[in-house]
Amino acid sequence: MPEHETAGQHGSPAREVGDFLRRRREQIAQRWADTPLFRTVFTVSRDEAVEAGKAVVEALAAVAAAGRVEDAEADGFTVVREQLTRTAAARSRAGAGSAQVSNEVDALRPPVVDLLVADLSQASAEHVRECATAATVLMGTLRLVVMESALNEGRALIDRQRMELLETATPVIRLWDGIVAVPLIGTLDSARSQVVMETLLESVVDQHARFAILDITGVPTVDSLVAQHLMKTVAAARLMGAECIVSGIRPAIAQTIVHLGLDLGTVVTRASLADALAYALDQQGSGIVDPVSRGAVAR
Amino acid sequence: MTHAHTGPPWGSVPVLRLGDVLLVTLQGDLHDSTAEQLQQDISETIASSSTTGVVIDLSGVEMVDSFLGRVLAEIAAKAGLLAAQTVVAGMRPAVAITLVELGLTLPGLRTALSTEDALGLLAGEASPYRPRGTRRESP
Repeated sequence: MPEHETAGQHGSPAREVGDFLRRRREQIAQRWADTPLFRTVFTVSRDEAVEAGKAVVEALAAVAAAGRVEDAEADGFTVVREQLTRTAAARSRAGAGSAQVSNEVDALRPPVVDLLVADLSQASAEHVRECATAATVLMGTLRLVVMESALNEGRALIDRQRMELLETATPVIRLWDGIVAVPLIGTLDSARSQVVMETLLESVVDQHARFAILDITGVPTVDSLVAQHLMKTVAAARLMGAECIVSGIRPAIAQTIVHLGLDLGTVVTRASLADALAYALDQQGSGIVDPVSRGAVAR
Repeated sequence: MTHAHTGPPWGSVPVLRLGDVLLVTLQGDLHDSTAEQLQQDISETIASSSTTGVVIDLSGVEMVDSFLGRVLAEIAAKAGLLAAQTVVAGMRPAVAITLVELGLTLPGLRTALSTEDALGLLAGEASPYRPRGTRRESP
């Protein structure tokens, strides 16, 4: 489509389209307000849809006037990018797939081209054809911008949720004065391991915890990487003056560790969180006493 | 090393004597010459007095490199030769993580959460906590 790439001299199809868009802003927006895309998103009032449509037409006119109908990065789009993102996001929330949103944006094209052709009824057939092509390309670019915004939005959402997952997946629980525990659930990868280590060590400082319990009951498998991470956490906690206890090693995991030949020799391990807590309490010197028999039952 | 005779940029690290214990508070970066001076001061003080313990407070240290790790290990080794125990206190999480990532887990060194805990640890039986290293029967 090289014919409309003419370098911005007066009367080029792109400029012509830009002028047309400015002139017919109101009419186009009115027609757009009836298309599925605007009708389903702006359900409150039609005026709102018309206003939103005008903003988009304005942006398209600016892009066309700059002669950059093919450029999705054109400055003109920045004004409406957020609005388009919200529109696309609203459609996805309503259950529309990417293809459907794409088709709905495409449905904005016929009203524009129809109006354009009607507007240029006096011009030569060649000129009309050129202008219609420019308008079509411009609308195609708009479609691209909408889809791109929607994808970026989706990616940002995934990133945000990944961060939230990292934070929520590693709660540090204060079990007792000076004893904190982290129940690990799910597969550990290096990013999560790092977060676990950092949150645990931070809480050791905050809570002035002498004992930190890493409970791996919820970890399905232990490989050499996970074991290495556990060792690192234990060593870092020790450097800070806290003692780390690993609990919740299930028989299958114990077997795996032995089969892999991993040396957890320097790590204090206990079968369950309860055992680890009992060990920590015992080390602290605070034993558990049965109120009835007054006999010490601390393990 | 170039500051050996002109003096370190911000003065040497003070070594405080609290009864039988020496208290050393490190802050910010440790310069080569400062580290050397510090090791010498500690050794001399231990030798000339009845010191049984050295507490190194790292709560003011935000950044660490392998040099500081080695200095800590050396101080502990020298103090050990002079029959004094070394306790590192108040290490920050970032520092601990860095040391572990560097592979410097300082196995011979005793650690405590704070200076107070370290003093309690050195006081031995007066501490409500049992000393480390006595908890495991077999490896």
